[in-house]
Amino acid sequence: MKNQEKVDKTIVVPGDLLSEDAAKAAEGTYVENGKVYSLIYGLADEREKVRVIPLSGKYLPATGDVVVGMVSDVSFSNWKVDINSPYEALMHISEYPRRIESSEMAKIMGVGDLAIFKVIDVDPSMKIELAPREGQLRVLRSGRVVEVSYTKVPRVIGRAGSMISLLKSKLDVNIFVGKNGRIWINGKVEDEDLAVKIIKRIEQEAHTSGLTDRITKLLEEEKHGVHEKR
Amino acid sequence: MEFMKNGKRIDDRLPKELRPIKFEVGALQRADGSCYVEHGGNKIMAAVYGPRAVHPRHLQQANRAIIRYRYNMASFSVEERRRPGPDRRSIEISKVSREAIDPVIIKEFYPRSTIDIFVEILQADAGTRSAGINAASVALADAGVPMRGLISSCAVGKVDDTVVLDLVKEEDNYGQADMPIAMDVRTGEVTLLQMDGHLTLDEFEQALELGKIGCASIADMQREALIQKYRGEEDE
Repeated sequence: MKNQEKVDKTIVVPGDLLSEDAAKAAEGTYVENGKVYSLIYGLADEREKVRVIPLSGKYLPATGDVVVGMVSDVSFSNWKVDINSPYEALMHISEYPRRIESSEMAKIMGVGDLAIFKVIDVDPSMKIELAPREGQLRVLRSGRVVEVSYTKVPRVIGRAGSMISLLKSKLDVNIFVGKNGRIWINGKVEDEDLAVKIIKRIEQEAHTSGLTDRITKLLEEEKHGVHEKR
Repeated sequence: MEFMKNGKRIDDRLPKELRPIKFEVGALQRADGSCYVEHGGNKIMAAVYGPRAVHPRHLQQANRAIIRYRYNMASFSVEERRRPGPDRRSIEISKVSREAIDPVIIKEFYPRSTIDIFVEILQADAGTRSAGINAASVALADAGVPMRGLISSCAVGKVDDTVVLDLVKEEDNYGQADMPIAMDVRTGEVTLLQMDGHLTLDEFEQALELGKIGCASIADMQREALIQKYRGEEDE
């Protein structure tokens, strides 16, 4: 048993001194009198620069992010979309691949529908504009969506996508991870169930090291369990 | 009433000693951040929600988040039943507590939003505003809110002509002075300082120094509690 799963990075709280060199400041830090301090509660990661990886918090969209959004309202010319952030996002009717009338909007994508969007603009007052991803609007009509904290998304994806390809290959499901922490899973019901379970596990243990190995093991065990039941 | 006997206080503490304090980070599932604190006889729950959309809308600020702080005492928190709901005292405490924490929060990151802080006093035994601020500060960090530092708070006062740290109910009610202090220990910036009673200038300076030492010990406990949240999970 590997009981020595150590946090590979130091846990810091707001105001902790991270570096004496102001040039090393990166995300999650601030500089005061030439020294770098932590701005948030998270894991300090010091390489050529020092940054703090958040452990919690709300998703703030950035231009280029791909997210899973849920339509919350359809107005005259915009779809209002909930993207799991403090701010509502808008997709204008003209972003739809072909020219449509206002009256058709609700038929294409109504309140409660989920879809994959790309953030095309975020202005300083946090007005967020969306467009369909890759020019084609994909409304998610099958599968399911689970939510994890956006801070855990890098762990769900893994280094260079290792975790996500592991899940896809072992489980025969299609998985799409939105930057906002919403994850779309599409496959056979049992596989989806297992994928949800594994993803929740990854979320819980996101701050520990050796996670991929443990998940591989868990997948093997669970897979056998599933087959025996059949 | 006699408060000091053989250099010890009515609860057997030394004049410069804090009461036992325990922080529990993330005590609530629904809140974005939370902290339960036991500070001597005080039992306090703090919950943080947000940043989130502001309701009512007219309160929202175009360029920054607003901070709302609600200090509330449960009807069963004191010996005689307290009438529920905000009163003059709790409205004042909400205001000064908000102003104690507000300076360290980076509000410009979240325009048009609100960060709501709720502090519920379940059991009161003097120094609830200080303990509430300590809990709220930890809950904010737990919620991932960007801050320049943690705010720590404690009370100092005077009983039997002695300057003492962290008063209990009897000392607060029948003593000579009570002075809560809140500060960012790293920068030394004092964000809350109130005084009830009388202190000479000398005593005031002594009390302030003692309060700063108390805040520093509390800051260490807050930090330790936050770090422990993730260390603890590992041991399972």
